[in-house]
Order: sequence, then structure tokens, then C-alpha cells
Amino acid sequence: MDIILGIKVEDGTIIATSKAATRGISVLKDSDDKTRALNARNLIAYTGESGDTVQFAEFIQANIQLYSMRENDIELSPKATASFVRNQLATSLRSRKPYQVNVLIAGYDTKTDTASLNWIDYLGTQVELPYGAHGYAAFYANSLLDKHYRKNMKIEEGLGLLKLCLKELETRMPIDFKGVYVKVVDKDGIRSIEGY
Amino acid sequence: MNSIASQFTNNNNNIIRNEINSVTHEFAQQNSLNLVPSITLPPISQPTDFLRAHTDDETNPDCKIKIAHGTTTLAFRYQGGIIVAVDSRATAGNWIASQTVNKVIRINPFLLGTMAGGAADCQYWETWLGTQCRLHELREKERISVAAASKILGNLVYQYKGMGLSMGTMVCGYTKKEGPTIYYVDSDGTRLKGDLFCVGSGQTFAYGVLDSEYKWELTDEEALYLGKRSILAATHRDAYSGGSINLYHVTEKGWIYHGNHNVGDIFWDIKEQEKSFNNVDG
Repeated sequence: MDIILGIKVEDGTIIATSKAATRGISVLKDSDDKTRALNARNLIAYTGESGDTVQFAEFIQANIQLYSMRENDIELSPKATASFVRNQLATSLRSRKPYQVNVLIAGYDTKTDTASLNWIDYLGTQVELPYGAHGYAAFYANSLLDKHYRKNMKIEEGLGLLKLCLKELETRMPIDFKGVYVKVVDKDGIRSIEGY
Repeated sequence: MNSIASQFTNNNNNIIRNEINSVTHEFAQQNSLNLVPSITLPPISQPTDFLRAHTDDETNPDCKIKIAHGTTTLAFRYQGGIIVAVDSRATAGNWIASQTVNKVIRINPFLLGTMAGGAADCQYWETWLGTQCRLHELREKERISVAAASKILGNLVYQYKGMGLSMGTMVCGYTKKEGPTIYYVDSDGTRLKGDLFCVGSGQTFAYGVLDSEYKWELTDEEALYLGKRSILAATHRDAYSGGSINLYHVTEKGWIYHGNHNVGDIFWDIKEQEKSFNNVDG
């Protein structure tokens, strides 16, 4: 029942992830951050099988950082990052114990000055989208975003749209997800937005 | 799987198969030069499924191996350090196997591990964690951080994910750079840092009392009582928790043991003192 939402706007990408870490019928933690920074302008948000999620995200994080160390501080583009993650999941799918992890990757490409949002599931499906979500949140957020999303929105407008999605999720989701962490990836890097 | 299992368990009765087996055995022996290390595997195709079939009480109540389960354990951080409190009952199915289990594993003078889930798994891997922590100390000339210790355990159980390990544990300790720290680690590989955790079949009952009375500013005496009282609440309502309560306080000087409290004795004292447990006569 974890929530991860992503909205791409003109000058950046917004990611929201729920704070609750649940096991069985207990919420074990209400300040769980389901994202990892891969490099200066790439952020991965994840949901899925507990245990797998963090292991996978930290594995990806380590490898992306290793790439930068080896290649003279070149940072992998969002597109290359997404391809790498997709490939890892696709390879894992045919292994004895596949990673059951779904991710969103928010990125900002400094070469082309474009923001991006990549949606990847555990089967290795990858799509570049203007907005996307995993899990139950997708059922509510997608229709809402289909209606209200416009091209060339600014970050402020995107955050307004996110508020709208979260309001809907708070009223209709049967389980309290303890609010969300909101992060923005843009030309200046990754930053947290407070007050959600 | 069963076909393969029966093939191997009945092979003493089957003359032809015995012959084939002995021939192939000899053949294998001749070729082995004892240069390549080998391990003996159980004669079944899917060891994980096999184990589950014989231990999973949930899906098969007639299973032959009942793993000791059912517990209430808690740990919380407050102004004066960490309180760790646990019950002491071990159950195997509906059978109370023991009322005097030690569910707090003293990893070293500054680290404690709690035990919920499979008793053997927790006991073995947490003492193993103790040796890893000592080796770290010898190599680095510095005590291991709680974060690192819990990650060693977390990565270990993750390696065994899906193979039947069953443990829910809290690694509690104090280091100079971290202060008092609690990490929750369980057998599906989850590892969480936090201020307050309850683990086991009685966790909900313990959370109920603990959350309602908990605040950061608790005094040592209040905190120890709250820990004890929360476990008592769980032992009262959860059939798989009981026996006695073991209490620990972790400070910058390491952990301090605050004794074993028999639930049968303290229940009546606390009932009278607090005027609580009004569902019980007497």
C-alpha cells in the first residue's frame, strides 16, 4: 500500500513517497524515506517486497556512483540510468529469486536541459512519462492527473497538482500512509520540499 | 518434490535401484580426486519448499516440526537511554515449551539483541553477530556502530531470504557517535532505525500501552516501569506471550540488567497499585 508518485514539469521532476513503513497490521515507522539519490540529478523512488526494495536501491546507487568514479566524474544521464535499472530488473526476473521492486526515476539531463520521469516495474517494463505512480495510488492519481496535467507547467504548479492528488489519496485510501516526503529534481540538483 | 523424496526414502526396498545407486556411487568414487570441495545436499529437489511443508503451522496444522514462535519484545529510546523489555515464553504450536527463555541476547557489553520468531535462528545468528562485532573491534581498534552491526545482520538474513529463516529482532546499543540507537531487523530483510518498536505476536498489545504513556522526557524509573507494564499488558492478552519479564536499560556506560519479573507475581501487585485490569476479579 506504499505510495509513490511522480510528476514531471517543465523545469524539473517532483517525487512524493509515503512515510509509513508497515509490517502486518502495525506501522513500524512513520518517517521512512523510500528514495535514494543515485547521483547529483537522479533520484530513485521504490516500492515492493520489503527487504528487496532497499537492497535493490542501494545496489543501484552503489553502481551508479561506481560509474562516476571510474569514468572521470562523468554522471550517467537519466536515460542511461533508467536503462541500467531496467536491465538489472529484467536480468533479475529470470533468476532464482527476482527482485520484486517497482521504481520511479526522476532525473534532470544537464546536456539537453530536460527533466524526465521514468516508470519501471519489476517485470522490466520501462516508460518515460509526464506523470506516473505505482501501487494503489496509481488508481486514484492517474485519472486525476489525466484531467489536470498540462504541458509546460512550472514546479510551483506541479506541487499544486501534487497537493490535489494527496488530498484525494488521504480521503479515499483505506489505510493511513502517514503523509509523504516530497523531493524535486531540477538543474540545481535534488532538494526536499518541506511541509507535506 | 514428493516423488523425488519418496524415491530416496524408499530406495532401501528397491533392489534394482539399490544396484544402480551402488554402481553410480562406485563410479563417482573412482572419479573423485578429492581436489574439489563438495557439500552434501538433502535428497530433495526444493529444500525451501520441503522445509516449509514440514514447518509451516499456518497452512498445515499437522506439520511435524513446530518451530518455537510467539513473543512480545519491545525497545524504546528516551531521554535517559534505551529500555529493552521482553517476555520469556516459548511456544511450539499450542504447547508452551518453556516459560524461562532468555530473549535478550547480550552481543557485547554495549549491544543487545532481542529475540522474536524462530528461537534457534535468533539465538544462532545473534551470537554469530557477536563474533562479527568482536572481529570488527579487533580489526578497527574501535567498537562497532549500531548501524554497522545491524547491517551485518540485515545483509545476512537477506542472503537467506525465502529460505525459511524467521526472526524479528531489535539491535539496541550505545556508541559515542550515534548515541543510544535502535535498529529493527527482520527476516524479510527489513532494517529500520527508530525510537520505538514492539515485535512479536503480542506487539499490538504492547504498542497500545507504550504509545499512550510514552514521552521523550520519561525518567529512568518511569521508563523501566513503562517497559515492564507494556510487556505485562501483552502477556495478559496474548496467549503466546507470558512467563516472566526481563528488563534492560542501555546507557552510555553499556547495558544494565534490571532483573526478572514473574508475570504471575507482579500482575496482582500492579493490578492493586494501579487499580487497573478491572476485567479480572480478585
